[in-house]
Amino acid sequence: MKAKRAAVPYGIWMVIFIIVPMLLVLYFAFTTQEGAFTLQNIATVGRYSNVFVRSIWLGAVATAVSLLIGYPVAYIIARTRACWQSVLILLVILPMWMNFLLRTYAWMTLLEDSGLINNLLEALGLGRVHMINTQGAVVVGMVYNYVPYMIFPLYSVLAKMDPSVIEAAQDLGASQARVFWRVVLPMSMPGVISGITMVFVPAVSTFIISKMLGGGANLMIGDLIDMQFLGSSYNPNLGSAISLVLMVLILICMGIMNQFDDGESKGGGIPL
Amino acid sequence: MGQNEIISLQNIAVSFDGEPVLKDFNLQIGEGEFVTLLGPSGCGKTTTLRIIGGFVKPDQGDVFFNGKKITAVPPYKREVNTIFQKYALFPHLNVFENVAFGMRVHRKKEAEIQATVRRMLEMVNLTGFARRNVNQLSGGQQQRVAIARALANGPKVLLLDEPLGALDLKLRKDMQVELKKIQKQTGITFVFVTHDQEEALSMSDTVVVMDKGRIQQIGSPQDIYNEPKNAFVADFIGESNILDGVMAGDYLAEFAGKRFRCLDKGFAPMEPVDIVIRPEDIEAVPPQQAELSGTVVSVTFKGVHYEIIVDVHGFKWMIQSTRYQAVGQEIGLEIGPDDIHVMKKSEYSGMFGDYSSFSDEMEGLLNSPEGKGQ
Repeated sequence: MKAKRAAVPYGIWMVIFIIVPMLLVLYFAFTTQEGAFTLQNIATVGRYSNVFVRSIWLGAVATAVSLLIGYPVAYIIARTRACWQSVLILLVILPMWMNFLLRTYAWMTLLEDSGLINNLLEALGLGRVHMINTQGAVVVGMVYNYVPYMIFPLYSVLAKMDPSVIEAAQDLGASQARVFWRVVLPMSMPGVISGITMVFVPAVSTFIISKMLGGGANLMIGDLIDMQFLGSSYNPNLGSAISLVLMVLILICMGIMNQFDDGESKGGGIPL
Repeated sequence: MGQNEIISLQNIAVSFDGEPVLKDFNLQIGEGEFVTLLGPSGCGKTTTLRIIGGFVKPDQGDVFFNGKKITAVPPYKREVNTIFQKYALFPHLNVFENVAFGMRVHRKKEAEIQATVRRMLEMVNLTGFARRNVNQLSGGQQQRVAIARALANGPKVLLLDEPLGALDLKLRKDMQVELKKIQKQTGITFVFVTHDQEEALSMSDTVVVMDKGRIQQIGSPQDIYNEPKNAFVADFIGESNILDGVMAGDYLAEFAGKRFRCLDKGFAPMEPVDIVIRPEDIEAVPPQQAELSGTVVSVTFKGVHYEIIVDVHGFKWMIQSTRYQAVGQEIGLEIGPDDIHVMKKSEYSGMFGDYSSFSDEMEGLLNSPEGKGQ
């Protein structure tokens, strides 16, 4: 009973700040500015399908890169001595203590045509490379900002893994590579899934990063929604509709991911 | 018993963080033998097993397998398999795939895998469990999967690291019988690690008693029990009354202020020795019929027998008898010549004695600050 009562404050919080806003989004998405029911907003979303495709594509690339970078990092941290683990984890967290905008500004100055990297390249005689305002720059920004969210769930799964299970695999004749592909990776799938979720969702809906590092040409859904509420093309009804469609798309993506996870944990055995 | 030496550890020394775990360790294991490494925790028995498995590289010395040096061979290339303490099954694979793991890694043909797994599961009485998730199995069942998984690889040597430690008493006894049966059936060499002396005595061909990184005694279970080499072995294997004594001459031992005829000879005149007398060898008789007599201070019913502690001039003897004795009663202790076992003095002399106190471990608990208040 006590436990139930303790949940009341959060229950109230949830209703006011989660349930009600969701219903508002739903309401705005299906009404005109005068408040009449309409499907026009949803239909209009279709016009921006290229933005959706770009967002999901860039989000997916950023997630994949984060996984490729984050997995080895998490693996190495989980395998170091306990006293060093907390230091390494701190190093991963450290950039997150800086303001998000500041971090992204820093990348602007790094990637600019006359930025630090280009100056360095020229000094080395390699010539300048145009990096800012490209999709690559957006991906770099997203990876930099979100990779800790990939590392943490992977680290916690890998650190908890029983070392004797790995020894058992070696004992049964598996080389290091086989141990990884057949035991470590499948056993860390829950961490992979939650890492992907935690990077993909914010990456798809990001708006500052794409605006600052991607220039005008690489508009993402987040920017589109931003424009509907704060920009010149003020239209909260359309903004709500876009948000709603984005939410549904993310839900579908996550559903597919979780399906994959279930399949793994049941262990794809060949039935007798 | 095959006489071919299959594993040989020569002059092994290992230390972890400067703490020596094994010192100048030599052990030969014959093909088809059931060898048990027995000792208290921290004696180095698991480390010995891990050296054979390839998980620990010795600082000094070499490991030989069938005469070939394998000291530097990684675990996955060794023809030994291990059953780990907590089974270490693959949680993401079902029972079938766990057992098939080794064969899949070795790229065996599918038909062979199917047949072998079926045979292994049959051997450990898990037919019909092939598609179960390993997390849904009981401890005993997981244990069987671990056995099947290790044996499916067809190892020459099976290493077992306290495999029965997590099971309850009844199941443990059953598994002891079953493991012994499997060992006989397959003819595989078993190297078994345990701290349970009863388990060691009932299963092994050879028992290796270890303490402080050294072998204290190697022998058949009978040898170890009847002819312990020093006070440590006598105390660790079974119950024993250990007394200071001297050899008054051949076949004549002096202890507890009396002289007794015994079966041991060849000691220097008046050489100080340790005397071991097993509680079950002592006969409780009326006081006037025996050399030694004392007062019963406690009686504990153990099912098969009573455990009786008798105070003889301040030394607390343990005797085991099927006959009840009342506390406070005066009784005699009859000791025959073949009940007396004489051992040379060792570093363990004086560390174990009578039954006036608890075990060392209990003593430690009672003397700790938390224990004192109670």
